[in-house]
Formats: sequence, C-alpha cells, structure tokens
Amino acid sequence: MDPVHVVEVKEAVLADNDAAAQLNRDKMKEQGTVLVNLMGSPGAGKTSTLLQLIRRLKDAFRIAVMEADVDSDVDAKTIAETGVRVIQLHTAGLCHMDADMTRRGLEAMGTEDLDLIFLENIGNLVCPAEFEIGADLRLMILSVPEGDDKPLKYPLMFTVSDVMIVNKIDTAPIFDFDLEAAAMRARKLNPDIRIFPVSAVSGEGFDALAAYLADVVRERRAAYENH
Amino acid sequence: MHEMGIVLHLAKTLDETAEENKLSKIGRVTLQVGEVSGIMTDLFTDAWDYFKKKHPMLEECTLELETIPAVTWCDNCKKTYETVKYGKTCPHCGSGETWLLQGNECIIKEIEAE
Repeated sequence: MDPVHVVEVKEAVLADNDAAAQLNRDKMKEQGTVLVNLMGSPGAGKTSTLLQLIRRLKDAFRIAVMEADVDSDVDAKTIAETGVRVIQLHTAGLCHMDADMTRRGLEAMGTEDLDLIFLENIGNLVCPAEFEIGADLRLMILSVPEGDDKPLKYPLMFTVSDVMIVNKIDTAPIFDFDLEAAAMRARKLNPDIRIFPVSAVSGEGFDALAAYLADVVRERRAAYENH
Repeated sequence: MHEMGIVLHLAKTLDETAEENKLSKIGRVTLQVGEVSGIMTDLFTDAWDYFKKKHPMLEECTLELETIPAVTWCDNCKKTYETVKYGKTCPHCGSGETWLLQGNECIIKEIEAE
C-alpha cells in the first residue's frame, strides 16, 4: 500500500462553524427565543445602545445579555445594573465570537425562560462578520464619528447585517457625517438593510428600534405558542 | 486577526477527517483561498505555524495555499471581470448590477497523511 494517503476533503473551513450556528438557531426557534448578534467598532456605543433597548423592552419581555470581550467585565457590570440577566464571556484574545463559543455561553447562562437574548460581540467591524453565531437578527452599529465611508471599507459587515443603527446622531453638527451617503452605501451592499438613526445619550430614535425588535420577538413567541 | 480563529476551525475539521479516515498524522494540507476571502495568507501561515506546534497530529504538517481568483459577473452586459481590479463597478459597461461569482472561499481541498 502506498504510504502516502491522500484524502480529498473539499469542505469549507468554516463548515463546522456554520453547522454549530444552525444548531443554535434551531434551539432558539424551538424554545421561542430571539437571539440578536450586536456588532460594531470599539466605542460605537454597543453597551449604551443595549441600555436604551433594555429600558424600553424589559417590562414586556424576559431579556438576557451575553457580553463578549477579550478581557474585563466592565460591560457586564454596566448591564447588570438594569436588572436583566447577564453573563461575561472572555475570548482570550480572539477577535470575534464563533458559534460554539456562543453555545457554551448560552448553556452557562441558561436560556429556557427567555424571550430575547443579546450577544454583544467583540468591538470589531471585520471578524465578527465572518463568523455566524446562529443569530436570528444581526444588528450593527455605525457611529457618526467613525465616518460615512465605513460601508465602503468594511463591506462584509454591512452585507451580512439585518439592521444598521447609526448612533451618536446628537454629535452630527461637529462631524462631516452624511447620513444619506452612509445609507446609500449600505443599501448598495444590502438592499434589505433597515436603518435606524439614534442617540444612545439622548434616547432619540430608540422607540422605533425597540418597536421593531418587539415585533420580531412577538412573532417568535406567537409561533412558539401556536406550535 | 481572525486568521487564528480560522486556523482553529481548520484544525477541528482536520481532527475529524483524521478520525474518520483512521489517520494518525497529517503530512500536508492544501487549502484553496479566494482572493477576496478576507484572509491574509501571510498572517494565516504565521497563525498556522504557531498552532501546529501545540497539536501533535499536525506537528509535521505543511500548509499549501492555492489562490482562487476573484471573478465578478455583470448582470447588465452579461460579462465577467476581475473583481480585485475593478470592484463592484463593471469595467465593460459601468453598471453596478454585479455580483461575485467566485473568490470568497476558504476550502480544504485535500490532506495527505502517512
């Protein structure tokens, strides 16, 4: 027998991640929970966006947050003050969450009695877009100081997201951010993307975003209860 | 930076393939990487070299990378063009109604074992 044995694999490197993501998605659907993957640059306002959303949604729904960071627990502490369940995940240097890490986070936290789970991903516009976690909705935040050219520079993030939240609109007067240009660039990559301009400082725009999320959660709950 | 994450997934798939095929060591793995897959091949090779030292089955494994050229299709003039050179706008007719045909892949083509 030839000592060298060649095996044709022909499998995408991330096939195992996609399969793990599908398991997460199936589990959430089965138990009537919505899993949201929240992504954006460091400092775009992911945690303060969550505070605004939790404030508007926590009376109607059972919410939990998974905070993913390379290190520290500052975000988890901030979220814990709202009274919702929170778990801090450390990626030990990795720049994104993958589906299996998400599964372990979900299992450690416990998800059976929840309507809505947010995963706050690592602050990064590149890698989190590459790794599916099995979310029902992908929200990305582009903040005004980052500039309206980001869809041109990080196209995958805008292509894979269901929602683009434009945060820090209260700072618009001091930056040359063109909302129309940002929206046009994002829609060119992803014609179905929903766009919500907000300010996590003043709360402006969050009623519309919270109403949209509430509709998604109610739809999932209705499907679960009629099942 | 996500190269290390991809290496971890690659190693997991190699472990599973080795088990299915009853291989104890992998001597070579060939990956096909698309030009616009977002994978920096230099960084990927470094991440691989770092990782394989900690993974007995892969210790002597060499990594071969094959590039898949990125090609975009123009739906307006029904022609194809090089994605890296022209991006989303068709160089033949100027249309933006274009989409990627190939070039964002990262596929394990084959492994060679002893």
